[in-house]
Amino acid sequence: MFQSYSQPLEFTNLTSWLDAALRENLPEFWAVFIELALVGVVLLAAYAVLAMILIYVERKITAFFQARIGPNRVGKYGIFQTVADVLKILIKEIIQINKVDKFLFYAAPFFMIVASVLTFGAIPFGKSLQAVDFNIGVFYVTAVSSLGIIGVLLAGWSSNNKYSMIGAMRSGAQFVSYELSAGFALMTMVVLSGTMQFSEMIENQAYCWNIFNGHISSLVAFVIYLISGHAETNRGPFDLPEAESELTAGYHTEYSGLQFGFFYLAEYLNMFIIASIAATVFLGGWMPLQISGWEGFNQLMWYIPSYIWFFGKVGVLIFLSLWVRWSFPRLRIDQLLNLEWKYLLPINLVNILVMVILVLTGLTLTDLF
Amino acid sequence: MSNLSLFLVVFLSGVILVVGGLGLAILISPKSFNPQKGEPYECGIPTHGTSWMQFKAGYYLYAILYLMFDVEAIFLFPWATIVRELGVSGLTSILFFLLILGLGLAYAWRKGVLKWK
Repeated sequence: MFQSYSQPLEFTNLTSWLDAALRENLPEFWAVFIELALVGVVLLAAYAVLAMILIYVERKITAFFQARIGPNRVGKYGIFQTVADVLKILIKEIIQINKVDKFLFYAAPFFMIVASVLTFGAIPFGKSLQAVDFNIGVFYVTAVSSLGIIGVLLAGWSSNNKYSMIGAMRSGAQFVSYELSAGFALMTMVVLSGTMQFSEMIENQAYCWNIFNGHISSLVAFVIYLISGHAETNRGPFDLPEAESELTAGYHTEYSGLQFGFFYLAEYLNMFIIASIAATVFLGGWMPLQISGWEGFNQLMWYIPSYIWFFGKVGVLIFLSLWVRWSFPRLRIDQLLNLEWKYLLPINLVNILVMVILVLTGLTLTDLF
Repeated sequence: MSNLSLFLVVFLSGVILVVGGLGLAILISPKSFNPQKGEPYECGIPTHGTSWMQFKAGYYLYAILYLMFDVEAIFLFPWATIVRELGVSGLTSILFFLLILGLGLAYAWRKGVLKWK
C-alpha cells in the first residue's frame, strides 16, 4: 500500500538510523535505556514547546477576532511573548496559604499534568512517531484523560475558598457529563473501524477518512465529539468553572507562581489533545490525502511529511475551537447539563445503533470514488 | 521496546516535569512573609467560616447518572471492536442492554433529576 511510496522527510529515517547506531556501539541494555530516556526528553520538550506555541497562537488569533493587535512587544510580532511569560512565572513566589489542605493542594497539579502527559504520549504525531501505541488506544485515551478531573476537584476542595469550591463542583459535573458524549462518539468510530489501535485506525483511513466512511452517522459523531471535547477542556461558551466575572479564577484561584502555570499548561495541552484525537479518529491523522488508483498524485502527497499533515489538520480544528470560543456567550449550568443529558446523550445512543446497522449492511465506504 | 516500558517512561516524564519545575521555581523564586498573604482570596473581604461544607445535591445526582453510563461504556468498547464479526446477534443482544439503560435515563428524566433546581 503506502509503504511503496518514497518518503524522504519522514522521522522514521532518523529514528531507525539512531537505533542502528546506538545498538552497534553500545550493549543492548544501554542502547534501550538511552532510547527510552530520549523518548521522555523529546516528549517533554514537545509538550512544553507546543504549549508555548499554542498560547501565542491563541492570544494572537483572539486579538484578531476582537480587532486588537495582541502581543507585539517581545520579538518580531511578539513571538517571544510566551517565552518571557514562562520565565516570569518561574520566578514568581509560590505563596503558602495557611488554611489549605497542604497534601491535596500540592497533589492537584500532579494529577493535571500527569493525566495530560499520559494522553499526549498516545497521540500519533506522524508515521511511527508515537510514544505508546496500545492496542486499546482509544479506550486508554478516554481513561487517562479523565484522571485530570481528579486534579481539578482536589484543587477546588483543598483550597478552602468558596470560589474554588464552586468552580471545582461545576467543572466536575461538566467534565463527567461531557466525558460520556466524547466516549460514545469515539465508540461510534470504533464500531466503524473495528479496532481501537490508533495506528491501525489511521491505516484503515488511507483512501477515505472516517468522517466520510460512515455517511451521516460519522458526521453526527464528529460534531458531538467537537462539542463535548470543547466542553471537557472548560473553554469557549462552556467556561463556567472559571467564569472570571463571577468566580475570579474558579478552581485555581489560590494557586500562584508555577503551580498556577501547571494548570494553565494542562488546559492548553488538553485543547491540543482533543483536536489531535479528533483529527486522528475522524480526519485520518497523519495519513496524507490519497485517492486510490492515482499513483502519481499519491506520491506527490507523500512528499509532504506525515507530521505536517497531522499538524495541519490539528491546526484547522484548533482554529475552529477558538472561533467557537470567541463567538458565543457563556451558558448557564442548567443549559449546559440539559444540552448533554437531554440532547447529546440520547442522540449518541441512537447514533451508535445506526452505525452498527450501517456496518452490518455493508453500506460503509472504504474509498471515496 | 515494549509498550509497558514506554508507558512507564511517559508517566515518569510527567512526574519529573512537575517535580523538576516546582523544585526549580522554589529555588529561584523570592520568599516573603506577610500574615495577610496566607488568607484565602475572596476578593479582599475576610472569609466567613470554612469552605468545607455541604454542597448542592444536584451535582451528586449527575455523578451517579454518569457512573451508570460510564460502566456501560466499559462493556460497550470491547463489543464495538468485534461487532463486525458478531453480526446480527451482536446487535440484538446489545439492543436490550441499551434499551434498559435508556429506560434508566428516561426514569431519571421523569423523576426530575435532570431538572436543575
